[in-house]
Formats: sequence, structure tokens, C-alpha cells
Amino acid sequence: MSSSKVQIALVLPDLLGTYGDFGNAVVLEKRLTWRGIPAEIVTVNFGEPVPDSCDIYVVGGGEDTAQTLAVRHLREHPGMQRAASRGAVILGVCAGIQIFGEHFTRADQVTHPGLGLIDSTSHAGGSRAIGEVIAEPVDGLFQGLLTGFENHQGRTVLGPSARPLARVKVGTGNDGQVEGAVQGRILCTYLHGPVLPRNPQIADLLIEWATGEKPAPLELPAVTQLRAERAKAAGV
Amino acid sequence: MPLRTAAAVRLGNMSSKLSQKMGLGAGGMIGGRVALKLDPQALARLTTGRRVALVTGTNGKTTSTMMLSRAVSALGEVATNHGGANMPDGHVTALSKQPDAPYAVLEVDEGYFPEVARAAHPAVAVLLNLSRDQLDRVGEVRTIEKSLRTALAGVQGTVVANCDDIMVTSAARDSARVVWVATGTGWHNDSASCPRCGDPIRWQGEHWHCTGCDLARPRPDWITGDGFLITPQGVKVDLSLRLPGKFNQANAVMAAAAAAALGVPVEEAVQRLRAVSNVAGRYRTIQRSGHRARLLLSKNPAGWSETLTVVREADHPAVLVINAHEADGRDLSWLWDVPFEKLRGRQVIASGERATDLAVRLTYAEVEHTIVPDPLLAIDAMPQGPVEVIANYTAFRDLNARSASE
Ligand SMILES: [Zn+2]
Repeated sequence: MSSSKVQIALVLPDLLGTYGDFGNAVVLEKRLTWRGIPAEIVTVNFGEPVPDSCDIYVVGGGEDTAQTLAVRHLREHPGMQRAASRGAVILGVCAGIQIFGEHFTRADQVTHPGLGLIDSTSHAGGSRAIGEVIAEPVDGLFQGLLTGFENHQGRTVLGPSARPLARVKVGTGNDGQVEGAVQGRILCTYLHGPVLPRNPQIADLLIEWATGEKPAPLELPAVTQLRAERAKAAGV
Repeated sequence: MPLRTAAAVRLGNMSSKLSQKMGLGAGGMIGGRVALKLDPQALARLTTGRRVALVTGTNGKTTSTMMLSRAVSALGEVATNHGGANMPDGHVTALSKQPDAPYAVLEVDEGYFPEVARAAHPAVAVLLNLSRDQLDRVGEVRTIEKSLRTALAGVQGTVVANCDDIMVTSAARDSARVVWVATGTGWHNDSASCPRCGDPIRWQGEHWHCTGCDLARPRPDWITGDGFLITPQGVKVDLSLRLPGKFNQANAVMAAAAAAALGVPVEEAVQRLRAVSNVAGRYRTIQRSGHRARLLLSKNPAGWSETLTVVREADHPAVLVINAHEADGRDLSWLWDVPFEKLRGRQVIASGERATDLAVRLTYAEVEHTIVPDPLLAIDAMPQGPVEVIANYTAFRDLNARSASE
């Protein structure tokens, strides 16, 4: 850690904050501070430089235009990419998975360069994937099911350096088969809901990567109940 | 009225009455649906010869429509769709019920506005605000802004628009005649970047401008103050509304400005809209098991933010009711855009079909709470006295119906 507090950068919430992405940063902050590990959220707004000193970066989802602007901004201010090269933890949600890749192609067939953080490409699918998603972990990366809500048109193909986060049971994810991507300490997913409130095991995985220690158990009854309810509603 | 429309309307009214009789609903839409099937031009024909005002935006449509219809009734009979049936079939139903009313004040779903404006040739179009709402159904704010921009540019009448809302300003600016209202309300989280050129927007106090193009806050014609308005002539008029909150003051000033465009003197307009105290059950207080529960409707982050400000005026316990049906939007990620942290230290119950989603949000907001899924039982579980009940769309609708019948 680069300072006494775990710094969680909430990256461009004013552009990429469409699906309650603030929630992911709050969950990380609270799960750290409740365990006695000082943490703070550093909000990086559109038009401001992106610091390279944070421990965790949270990048959310946004509309097409916002997404293009975000890429432009993140290329002009490459603090997050610099942090990635020294092993900082990054969570990319929805648009995140698209802009982190090599390139992404929109419904208008225009291809935009991505940030090259993960080995993937994305393109617009025929239909919009909207609804509850349930997915199973791949290679025991985390415990329990991954649950969330998706709303995206993008389809993502992973290259050999990236591996999927989970296998889809209900919903679409990257391509109807697998969901998300993991490469080094970068974790991407199409799921919001947002994803970390519903999946504390993923939040704690990111915390473990950032602090180098497995965090102490933290049981929140409402979260346990919500996970059970959403799995039941999805018929799992 | 042309023969075909007349027949369509008669049939429409019949099926509307039939559906009411059979208890199929309030009959707000089914009559219009039949009439539109029989005569797709029904909306255009039913508005011909009337002076029409259309009210659209994300929040406050129902309240503003009711306020404006009250104000315009100073000029003559008004056909209006208060009750929230804000799509074309609802408009046809409302218009056919009052075929001779020379005025029509219609609440319009923002997605249907272009179609309705083309058919109805409004004398006044009111654009309140634009923010995220039901992203899985309505779509993205910027798409809505663009379609409204095109539609409003084609409106020959007066456009009354909120210049404290960037999306609204962009949507209204190309119109021939715009009356700008400074409402003091706007949701800024969807407009960090300019809807026209994408560059960042900069704020300086109440003023804002784009750093990349000439989009900027226009000089307001009407100004909303705390408890008063100022007309374009500089006259200060006391509002003294019975409805609470800053956003209802904004609704009132928008309604007064729109009424003025139709020829209602401002003092008279304000006097009439001041009397509004209950809009389709909203803000109603119900008495129940020793509780006085005030029912408040909030549908999206901007609405919840405003409502949390209203309930902050007193420290009453709060019951928060969340559903996620089609009409609410099935995606509850917006709960994380609402500053529930404001409720810290207060007695709170999470309720509704999705009470658990809310409970998780409240847990991370460090707001102590319990879960009681049935909202009426949640009210009963509170200490006797005043209780604030905030519910989203279907939760509010069901609560309203149940509390009326018990
Ligand atoms: Zn601009």
C-alpha cells in the first residue's frame, strides 16, 4: 500500500456511473474499515487527472458516448494504466470490460481502441442482454455463485492471456457461455446490481489482492438473504 | 368531429365504461386503446381546435399537469389525463371524455413525446427535467434528450423549459420560442459531459457552461425562490403551496409560466394551483393504528434525493418501500445512487417486495433498520405518531389502493 489508508479510486463516476457503480466503491471501503483497515474513496471526475497512486480502481458502466469520452480521458491521463503495470487492483464493470480490452466495435460498426489492459475484444451483439444473471466460479477463483443484473449489448471474446471469471448458468454474460475476465489483478464483469454488494466474496478477493492478506470473515445477514433470494428468483 | 373519429370515440368510451364496470381497472387506457386501433389519427383529430399544453420530463409530470390544468381552468373547461395514463391511449381517453373542452393539458411520457407533439400541435410544451429512470425500459438519458431536441424544434408553440437542467436546456434550445425557468432543481449526475459536444460542463454557483461549445445556462425569464416566484416583469408572487419541498415549488413555477403562455394572469394561476394538496394519492396522510402516515412517491434517484430532503425537515420514523416490477424497472442498481446516508440515526424499516435489496443498501449506508416486507405492517410496527412512507411506483400504487380499501 502506498499510503496509510487503502485508497479506492472511483474513476469517472460522472461518465461511468450509470448502474449505481458508486456502490462498488462503498462496499470496498466499508468492508475494509469495518475490519479496522483504514480506507478512503478518491473520486476522479471527468476533466481531472487520474492518480497513479491508488490501491484499487473501480470503473463503472456508461452510455456509448460517455464510454468513448471516458476512454479518451483515460488515455490522456494514463494514471490507472501506470498503476496497473505496478500491480494495482482494478475492477471494471459493464463498459469497463469493453474499454479495458484491445478494441471494441459498436453497433454502428465503428471500432474504437481500448486501453489494452486485458486480452480481449468486444463487439455489439444482435440484441441487448437485460436481466438477472447467475454464474458459477471457474477454477475455484471464488466461493459461491456470482449474482447480478446485466444490461448491455456488448459481446466479449477473451484472448489467451485472460481467463473468464465465471460460467453462465442464467443470463448472457460475455457470450452466453462465460462471464467476465480476470488477468493478473484486473477483474472485469458485465454484472452490476451493483456487483460487489451482491457478491461479497468478489469484494474480499479484491481486498486480498490489494492488502496481500486474506481479510477476516464478515457476515452480513441482509447480504446472505439477498443472495439466496436472487438465486431463487433466477430459478437456481 | 369526423364520423370515423366520432365512432371510434363512442366505442372507446363504451369499452372504458365496460372495463370500469367489470373492475378491470380505472378505465384510463383501455378505451383509448380501442379508439386508437379504430382510428390511428384519433389523437390529431381530438386535439384539433383545442389549445393544448403538453407536460413531460422525468419527475413531477403528474403534479405539474394537475397544477397547470387547475390554472388553465381559469380560462375554460380543460380536458386532462390526471391519473398518470400518460401514453397516447390515455390521451385519447381523456380527450374523448371531454370532447367540448377548449383546452387540454396532457401529461406525456417522455418516450412518447415526439409522437404526441406531432399529432397535437401544442400551444405550450413544458419540459421539467431529465434524469436516469428505469434504464432497462426507458433507455439512456442522452437518447431521450436527442429525440426531445428534434421534437421540440418542430413545436410552433411556446416551450417552457428548466434552465437549471443541462439536458433540458440542450433539448429546448433549438425551439423557436422558449421561456426559461430557473427552478433551482436539477440532477447533475447524468450531465458531467455536454450532451452536444461531450466536453466537461463547468459550474460556477448556479451558472453552468460547456467548456467545449456554446451550450450554457440561458438567462432565466422566471425565477423560483424559497416560497415565491419572480415573473419576467420582475413581480414577486408568494407561492404558499400545500405540497412540500423544493421540487413542488419548481413544478408550480413551471405551471405558472406555462399558464401565463396560455393567457392566465400569474396571480390567478398561482391562487388556483396553490389549492393542490393531493396528487393521485401522493402526499396524502392516512390514519392507521394510531399512526399518521404521509405517503410519498419516489421513482428514481433524483426523486428519492428530493424526497429525502423533504423528510429531513422532521425526524419522523420512515418506512421505505421498494418493488421491482416492469413499471418500476426490474434493475435496482439505482438504489446505490440514492443518498440513504441522510437517514442515519433515524428509525427506518425496509419494506416492499425487494426489501432485502434495500436492506443491503441501508447496511452499507450505516443506517440501522429492520425488514418488514408488508408496508402496512411496517407502519404498524413503528411507534405511534407521524410516519413518513416513501414508496416507488407499484409499491405506492398498491399501498394507496390497500389503504383506501381498509
Ligand atoms: Zn458542449
